[in-house]
Amino acid sequence: MNVIEVNKLSKHFGKFKAVDEISFEVTHGEIFGFLGANGAGKTTAMRMLCGLSLPTFGQAKVAGFDLYKDAEEIKRNIGYMSQKFSLYDDLNIRENIRFYGGIYGLTDSEIKTKTATMLKNLKLEKEGNKLVKSLPLGWKQKLSFSVAMLHEPQIVFLDEPTGGVDPITRREFWTMIYEASDKGTTVFVTTHYMDEAEYCHRVSIMVDGKIDALGTPLELKNKFSASSISDVFIKLARKAKRGDD
Amino acid sequence: MKQFLFFVRKEFLHLWRDQRTLFILFGMPIIQIFIFGFALTNEVRDSRIAIIDEAKDEASEAIIHQLEASQYFDIEKTISEQQLVRAFREGKIKLAVVFPQKFNEQLQHTNAASVQLIADATDPNVANTLVNYASAIILDYQKQSKGFEPFPYTIKTEMRMLYNPQMKGSYNFVPGVMAMVLMLVCAMMTSISIVREKEMGTMEIILVSPMVPLRVMVAKMVPYFILSAVNIASILLLSVFVLDVPINGSLTLLVTECLLFTLTVLALGLLISSVSDSQQVAMLISLMGLFLPTVMFSGFMFPVENMPVALQVISNIVPAKWFYYIVKNVMIKGLGFQSIWKETLILVGMMIFLMTVSIKKFKTRLE
Repeated sequence: MNVIEVNKLSKHFGKFKAVDEISFEVTHGEIFGFLGANGAGKTTAMRMLCGLSLPTFGQAKVAGFDLYKDAEEIKRNIGYMSQKFSLYDDLNIRENIRFYGGIYGLTDSEIKTKTATMLKNLKLEKEGNKLVKSLPLGWKQKLSFSVAMLHEPQIVFLDEPTGGVDPITRREFWTMIYEASDKGTTVFVTTHYMDEAEYCHRVSIMVDGKIDALGTPLELKNKFSASSISDVFIKLARKAKRGDD
Repeated sequence: MKQFLFFVRKEFLHLWRDQRTLFILFGMPIIQIFIFGFALTNEVRDSRIAIIDEAKDEASEAIIHQLEASQYFDIEKTISEQQLVRAFREGKIKLAVVFPQKFNEQLQHTNAASVQLIADATDPNVANTLVNYASAIILDYQKQSKGFEPFPYTIKTEMRMLYNPQMKGSYNFVPGVMAMVLMLVCAMMTSISIVREKEMGTMEIILVSPMVPLRVMVAKMVPYFILSAVNIASILLLSVFVLDVPINGSLTLLVTECLLFTLTVLALGLLISSVSDSQQVAMLISLMGLFLPTVMFSGFMFPVENMPVALQVISNIVPAKWFYYIVKNVMIKGLGFQSIWKETLILVGMMIFLMTVSIKKFKTRLE
C-alpha cells in the first residue's frame, strides 16, 4: 500500500525550478532515503509534502490525503523533524513533551503515560526536569525524534536528523528508526551520510531538482556498477550544474 | 481550545524562564514614572539668578525679598555689572534683575520706575518662563503697595489654569509614559517572541502540526496582553498615589481605552514579526518604526499643532497620538465617552486593519 504518491510535483521560484516534476511512491512501513547534494531541492520537496510550502503544480497524496484539499488531515497524520534543532531550550524535557503532545491534541493522561515511556526508552528518567539546553546534542536529537513520533503518525519526515552527531549516537538513532519502521511507521529521511543511505529500504537521488535514480541500494549499485551508494551519489552529483543554495 | 491553552502555558513558561526580561518588563513602567516624575522635568524651579541693586532702598529690597521667597528662584548673590557678563558667559546664572538708582524715589514721585530683566535666552523656553515669573512677582509687589494706584483705569488679567492648576508636568507625561510602555511591551516583545520561534525553527514544527495559525497568533498575544494589563495598573496606581495625578474621568472608560490601545499595538507587533526574519530586525523596527514616532508624534514631548503640516499629517497614522489624546481627556480633564468617540473609533479601525493585515501575512508566509 502506498502512503505517499507523488506525480510531477514541482516548485518554481520565478524562473528557478527548485523541484522539477518529480514522481515517486513510498509504501507503508518503508524507510525511504531522499538524497541529493546541497541545493538539489530535497528540502523544498519535503516542505511541500509536509504542507509548509505550496507546490507550483503537480499532484501528491500523503497518508491517503490530497495535498491541496486535505492539508489539515495530512498534518494530523505526519510527524516532522527539521534540520534545525526544534525543541525549546528554555523548557525542560517534560514541558517540551507536554507542549508538543498538547498541540497535537493528546489528552493529559495520554501525555502522562507517553512521557513516562519515552523517558524510560531514552533512559532519561532522571533528567525529565532538566532544561533541554543542558543536554548533549545526541540526546537532543533522539529526543526530537521521539517528540516527532509522539502522536503516532503514519509517516515521519526527518530532515538531516543526524547532522553533527557522533557515530555511536547515529547508530542508536538508526536503531530507533528501524523500530519505528517495524511498528509500521513510514520513515521519509534526507541525509548527507552515504553509509546511512545503505540502511534505507529504498533510496532516491535528486540532482538539479529532478530524481535521477530510484531503487533499493542494491539495485542502484548494480545499475551504476558502483561498490557503494557513495559512489553512485558521486557519479550522479558530478553532473549537477547547480551549486550550493 | 485545549491546544490553545497548552500553547499559552508554554508562552508563560518562556516568560517565567527569562526572569531578567520579566523583571525589566515589570520594572520599566515604575522606573519611567519615577524618572519623569522626579528627575526629568520641564518645570522651572530654583533657577539661579543674580541681582544688581543700585538703589538699595525700601522698594528694591522688598522685591528682592519676594524673589527670594519664591520657589522658582535661587539668588546667587548681589553682584557688580562687570561680574554679571562673566556670570552669564559661564552659565552660572539664567536671569539678572537690575534695579536703577533711586528706584523707590521714582516709583513714589513719578509713578514710572523701571526694572531691567536680563535673561540667558540660549534656551528660549526657560528664558521666557523666568522673565514671566519675575515680572509677575514685581507686579505683585506693585499691587500690594499700600495706597499705590498708578492709573485710575487698569485692566486686571485673572488667570485660571484649567485641569492642572499647579501646572504639574506629571499631568502631561503620565499618558505619554503609558503609551511608550505599552508600545515597548506589546509591539517589541510580541514580535520578538514570534521571530525567535522562526529563528529557532520551532515555528516550522508548529506549522506542520494541526494547530491553526490564527490560534498560534492569539496564543502569542495572550501573555503580553496580561502583562500590559498589569503595567497599566501599576502606572495608574503610581500616578495616583505617588505623583498625585488624579483620575478625573471614569476608571472603567480609561481602562477600556488602554486595553483597546494594547490590542492595537499587539497587532502592530504581529505585523512586525511577519516582515522580519531575525530578532535584531524585529527589535530595530520596533524601536525606530514605533517607539521613536510615539515619542515624537504623540504630542507628549513636542506639541503636534506647531509642526509643519506634512508632519501633522504623518502624526495621524501614529496610534499613540490618538491614545494620548484619549487618556488626557479622560484621566486629566475628566471628560466622558462623547468627547472621545471619534478617536476611539480611529483606534478601533486601526486595530482591525492591522489585525487583518498581520493575519493575512502570517498565512501567506507558510504557503
